[in-house]
Formats: sequence, structure tokens, C-alpha cells
Amino acid sequence: MALSTKRKLALAPWVFTFAFFAAWEIVCRAFGVSSFVLPAPSTIAMAIWEYRTQLAYHAVFTLWMTLAGFGMAVAFGLGLGMVLGSSRLINAGTYPLLVGFNAIPKVAVVPILVFWFGVGWVPPVMTAFLISFFPIVVNVATGISTVEPEMEDVLRALGASKRDIVFKVGLPRAMPYFFGSLKVAITLAYVGSVIGEQNASNVGIGNLLTRASAAFEVPLVWAALVVLAVLGVIMYAATASVERAMTGWAQRSEMAN
Amino acid sequence: MAAFVEIQDVTHVYARAEDGAPAVAHLNLKVMEGEFAAIVGPSGCGKSTLMKLATGLQFPREGTVIVGGREVGAPVKLAGMAFQNPTMLPWRTTLDNILLPLEIVEPHRSRLRRHKAEYVDKAERLLASVGLKGQGDKFPWQLSGGMQQRASLCRALIHEPKLLMLDEPFGALDTFTREELWCVMRDLHAAQKVTIILVTHDLREAAFLADRIFCMSSRPGRIVAEREVDFPRPRELDITYTPPFSALVQDLRAHIAQARAGG
Repeated sequence: MALSTKRKLALAPWVFTFAFFAAWEIVCRAFGVSSFVLPAPSTIAMAIWEYRTQLAYHAVFTLWMTLAGFGMAVAFGLGLGMVLGSSRLINAGTYPLLVGFNAIPKVAVVPILVFWFGVGWVPPVMTAFLISFFPIVVNVATGISTVEPEMEDVLRALGASKRDIVFKVGLPRAMPYFFGSLKVAITLAYVGSVIGEQNASNVGIGNLLTRASAAFEVPLVWAALVVLAVLGVIMYAATASVERAMTGWAQRSEMAN
Repeated sequence: MAAFVEIQDVTHVYARAEDGAPAVAHLNLKVMEGEFAAIVGPSGCGKSTLMKLATGLQFPREGTVIVGGREVGAPVKLAGMAFQNPTMLPWRTTLDNILLPLEIVEPHRSRLRRHKAEYVDKAERLLASVGLKGQGDKFPWQLSGGMQQRASLCRALIHEPKLLMLDEPFGALDTFTREELWCVMRDLHAAQKVTIILVTHDLREAAFLADRIFCMSSRPGRIVAEREVDFPRPRELDITYTPPFSALVQDLRAHIAQARAGG
């Protein structure tokens, strides 16, 4: 039976994912790999079922901490991006600071967050925020600062203020860049919250991971990793679908279809 | 008739110019109210600088620019502009693109929300007058290059500007579309009595459309020749094949050749 290209494309992710886990399972069984080194997918699945309540409990914490940090990053990134995109002076002046700050591995910042806020929900949320705002700032600023000079002339000749130009042209124009950066930012925020949980929290999948690995509960560690992966895919997909819905006008090239 | 745009002995150097060389020097030019003026010259002669000076996007280093009886010290606000690149915003429909100036210019800015229907009506009439009847709901990228340029003209005219600045608006179009748009432009000028300054490379375009043609020298630009074009209006495309028309184009061409040679 011949499948249309569209059907094939829709099926492909499922086929490849299934094949990946099947190959993993076969390798584990064929070579008798110890589950302490690499548990087979079936073992991990059983672990997920066994620890389901615990996993779900911690996953909810990881989810809201990630989303809280991500939300802060979106608000802050949009604001700062608009400022940097509209002023060449501020942009040039603050860029080294921003780049320098971004270069610091955020795991190194967590101890400071603990000094300030103690162990709890604040460090993971702050880590998620700190790690994820940078791409948003850069993309929004780029979108705004690359408005066509002719468009700017058209509006300025009408007496438009800088603010008019940013809101009428710059910001809508930056939206594809902004939503593109959200896909990067949500993944980073997630990494940030898990790092925060591992080091400075009593809840969350990150914390669960730390405790499970300290107790050498290998299947639980792997189960937690799989839950993290699934959550990550879901958040990424949600962000990507928001992007498609909001900036359809920018995705009209053949390559985007 | 009074002069609507008057440029008196203007020399301009861009702040960003690294060599400090002026883009235009000792430029003098006078365009009457309601007149259709064309500016021709070799590339890089400062034609676009002239546009920016006349609309108040740049202020001259020396000399004065007077528009509508007032010395220009800020963007003039009564100008409409169109460029070679139609610069339509892809997230807005063609109609919303055309309404954009009204969201900026007073008094329309504060009236737009409550009198939307009236303005939409006006935009649709403009669209019809450039041959785009009923195309307002389409997005600009669904239109051809020529249609986008027509829409761009509508956007430049929607707020009934006193001054229309056109910077090679038909430069990127094929010959047939270009000639069609010449006629559109001719009719718009006849209907609206707006003062138009057209910057172009195309000497036939200048000769067909304009009442007055200025030839600019190469950088730093100044006016080296001024011709009044007295072909009767309304003009048909046929006149572009008559001997007097050819003679005018030849004459302009000689000036440009001289300007290119650095004369």
C-alpha cells in the first residue's frame, strides 16, 4: 500500500522512536547487559509503573518551576530585548555584560541562590529564569533592530515616534524570532530547573534523581530520565505549536511546509 | 503659483560618512505647489539624500529647506513616501497596510478607531483607483511585485499628503507593468493635485510624467540642468514615441553622460 508523503511524515517520528527502543531492548537482551549499567526499556517501563505516584508528584513540581522560570524569562526577555533593539547605545554598552553573564555556567550560580533564598522552590525557578532569558533577549533585539530603513523612513516622515515604530513594526516583525527563541528557552529553562532541584530543593525530578543515584536505585534514575525526556518533548511541542499559530505569515516558504 | 518645496544652497554631510565628503553640495531647487517634479542623475548622486532633506528625515549642514512655507526642522508629517521596495508589512493584510499611516498621523490617529468604516471605504476607493479593486483582504505576499507597488502608492496617499516623495518606485518592475503604473501615477496626480517629487533613473519615465525635470551631477550632487516639460496633459503613452519626446530624452541623456564623466 502506497502512503502519501504527508502520512509518511506523520508516522516517521513514531516509527523511529519505536525502532530506537526496540534496538535498545534487543542489545540489552542479546549481550546480557547488567541493569546496573544499562537497564532495558522494559525494565525502565516497569520502574516507571512501580514509582508512578512518586514520579508524578515530583514531575508536577518540575513542571511548574520550569514554567514559572520560563514565564519570567519571557517577560524579562521581551522587555530587555525591546530596549536593546531600539537603542544602539544601550545595546552596544550592555552587550559585553550580557554575554559575560550568559557565559557563566548557571550551575555555579545555584550556591549563591541558596545563600540568598535558602533551599526551596526559589533557586530552581531562578535558575530556570537565569539560564533561559538570554536567547529571548538576543532574538527580540535582533528582530527590532533590523527593521528595514525604508519602512522606518515611511513612518518617520509621517511623524512617528520611536515608540510607534517599535510597536507597529519592530515588535510584530520580531515575533518569528521571538517564538523561535522560545523553543530554545523552554528547553534551557527545563535544564535550569532540574539543576536547581538537584542542588537546592527537596522536591522535583532533579531532586528525585539526586536521591535515587545516591541510593544506587539505577532503574529509578532511568525512569526519572525518561519522565524528563517526555516532559521536555511535550513542552517543546506546545511552544512550537504556539509559534505556528502566532506567526503563520512568516512560514510561507516551501521549506517551512 | 508659490514654491512648495524650496531647497536653498544646501550642503549635506551624513554624520556616518567616514570620509566627511558631502552627499550634496550647493544644491538649489524649487518645486511649485501641485507640480510633478522628477529628479534624474547618475547613481550615487545624492537623490535619496535630497528626498530625506525634503521630508525632514535629515537636516542640512548648510543652507535651508523650506516645505509648505516653513523651514524644515523636524519630519514634515505632510509627506507620503514610496520606494523601489514596496516594504509592505507581511503580517498585515493589504488593506491594513494601507491604513498604517492613519495610525500615526493626526488627526486620523485619534479618529481611526471610531471612524474605521469611513477610512476603510476610502482605502478601498484608492485601491480601486490603482486597479486593485477587492484585493484588500489579501496579504501583500499573495500579490505580484507590481500589485504590491500599487498598494504601496495607496499607502503613501491614504492620509492625503501635500507632498508625495517617490524614490524609484517602478525600478524593480518589468517594462509593461512600469508603463501601466506610469498611467496610474499620472491619473493619481491629475485627481489629487498633490505635489510630487519623483527620483528616477529612467529618463523616459521622467519625461512622460513630470512637469519639471532636474538633472543632478555625480557626488557631491547639485543641479546641473533644469527642464520644463510642456507636453499637454493628459498625456498618452503614444507621446513617448514622438520626436519632441525623443529630443527631450536625448537632451537629458547628454546631461547625465556629462555628469557621469565628472563634468
